[in-house]
Amino acid sequence: MSLLEVKDIVLQFGGLKVIDSMNMTIEEGSIMSLIGPNGAGKTSIFNSITGFYQPNSGAINFRGKSIMRKKPHTITQAGMARTFQNLRLFKNMSVIDNVKAGMHCRSHVGFFGSVLRSPGQRKEEREITEHCEKCLDFVGILEQKNRNASNLAYGDQRRVEWARALATKPKFLLLDEPAAGLNYDEKQQLIQLIRRIRDELGITVLLIEHDMGLVMKVSEYIYVIDYGQNIAQGLPEEVKNDPKVIEAYLGKEDD
Amino acid sequence: MLEKNKKKMTQVYAFLAFIVIAMPVVANNYVMNTFSDVFFYVVVCLGLNIVVGYAGLLDLGYAAFFAVGAYTTAILTSNFGMNFWLTIPFAILFSAVSGVIIGGPTLRLRSDYLAIVTLGFGEIVRITARNLKITGGSGGIFGIERPSFFGIEMNGNIHYYYAFLILAFLAIFISYRLQYSRLGRAWQYVREDEDAAEAMGINRVRVKLAAYVIGAVFGGVAGSFFAVKMTAISPETFMFTQSILILLGVVIGGMGKIPGVICGAFVLVLFPEIFRFVGDMRLLAFALIMLILMLKRPQGIWPERLG
Ligand SMILES: Nc1ncnc2c1ncn2[C@@H]1O[C@H](COP(=O)(O)OP(=O)(O)O)[C@@H](O)[C@H]1O
Ligand SMILES: [Mg+2]
Repeated sequence: MSLLEVKDIVLQFGGLKVIDSMNMTIEEGSIMSLIGPNGAGKTSIFNSITGFYQPNSGAINFRGKSIMRKKPHTITQAGMARTFQNLRLFKNMSVIDNVKAGMHCRSHVGFFGSVLRSPGQRKEEREITEHCEKCLDFVGILEQKNRNASNLAYGDQRRVEWARALATKPKFLLLDEPAAGLNYDEKQQLIQLIRRIRDELGITVLLIEHDMGLVMKVSEYIYVIDYGQNIAQGLPEEVKNDPKVIEAYLGKEDD
Repeated sequence: MLEKNKKKMTQVYAFLAFIVIAMPVVANNYVMNTFSDVFFYVVVCLGLNIVVGYAGLLDLGYAAFFAVGAYTTAILTSNFGMNFWLTIPFAILFSAVSGVIIGGPTLRLRSDYLAIVTLGFGEIVRITARNLKITGGSGGIFGIERPSFFGIEMNGNIHYYYAFLILAFLAIFISYRLQYSRLGRAWQYVREDEDAAEAMGINRVRVKLAAYVIGAVFGGVAGSFFAVKMTAISPETFMFTQSILILLGVVIGGMGKIPGVICGAFVLVLFPEIFRFVGDMRLLAFALIMLILMLKRPQGIWPERLG
């Protein structure tokens, strides 16, 4: 059984077909990429998979169960985590508090526990903090945990987003253009990080990325889309030399 | 450095707490009455602060919850002869239920729509109270029996001074504990970025509903005590202007910050009292000061500090 199956997804906004019968299968334990020119519909697919957009038709199965029409928070709870193309941090909160957001769906204490500060509540808070510090350490910014998130360097803010996604204890991680705005060194570290996420944490990774060098280096399998449709798929070498892919990119020199 | 500061602040707070606890030794009835009003507004402002300050939801009909608590107590004691203390669980229940009723269907709305719906809800509650027999119509309910506390009949200003002081301490304590809890963080996530919060697995509707219900219960309990303190309530007590006044207390003090909201409640009650000698002009002066405050300190009286 595949981890994720996307079958014949159609997504329309008014008259505009943003996704036109897309198919995609993600095997557990793989690192895959989704590429395509600007406006091809990559982010829209992420939004459809994670419940932010409601596709008009098709099927999406995650770990063998349909997640069509489910709310984003339910899908996250089911073991899927994502980052956003444009940073979406909680700007006025500390780094650690940002990451704690990810632990919300893995913890339970409510009103009475919080007000009475019960032993269970204190234990849970300790566990939340420990887990979040582990996530911050994993992405390499633990020493900045008490700083205000918006005061971090741009590359480090990206790391906060990754740590926050990891804190949800996902089985499957979707990264939307994680390398955007990163410098060369940071990109090399990102490649290492993606591999470690898969190898050490056992999390399947799907990324959207524009940096072809990075995509070719890190991906084991690549899906290429244009105008909301699959145009090619395969191993990096196969995709790289596919005439349809070259045409799609060359025909859109402007991005 | 930070620890030292914290210790100093604790000492300041302890000193202030001591002053309000000891004040009735020297205060006359007028002062005690005024301060029990202040404490009442501390409770309702902190209640609304959970909705507006913590969860970031605009509510223009908060007086409705305070009305539900007040009427619950008034009706149960006057019509059913129930002991005041036993009416409090009912007031909690009914205000919580009304929080769910107003919150459940509307929390999916964007906040500007929510403002209009809550405004409407506030008016519906008031108009319903005006037209029902059990709520005493437009005349309201009067002659509400004073409760007794371990054999002491609560009929003096000092009794309500302490009753509302205890409620205010409780409200501060609960607000504080909530702010630094899993739920408090969830409110802040939803307030800052709903989509990102959802993506992190936070059920935004449920989290907002929790804020609504807890806020409603603060108002409901305050309403119960208000009813027995005044011994009379009428629909006009719960007018739109009351909701706005409470909201004002939250906003001028500085939304989301407990000391700020407490300051707001003090300003709300003490300002018109202190400037009573100016006559009707005092309301104009109050409005002017509000305006200046909004322009000069849009974050509220209490300065915001970000690490
Ligand atoms: N919420 C929306 N409403 C209307 N059009 C949208 C919406 N989201 C995306 N689109 C359109 O869908 C197309 C694909 O966008 P997107 O998925 O962001 O592309 P990509 O991530 O591949 O660059 C674009 O033409 C965009 O304008
Ligand atoms: Mg995109």
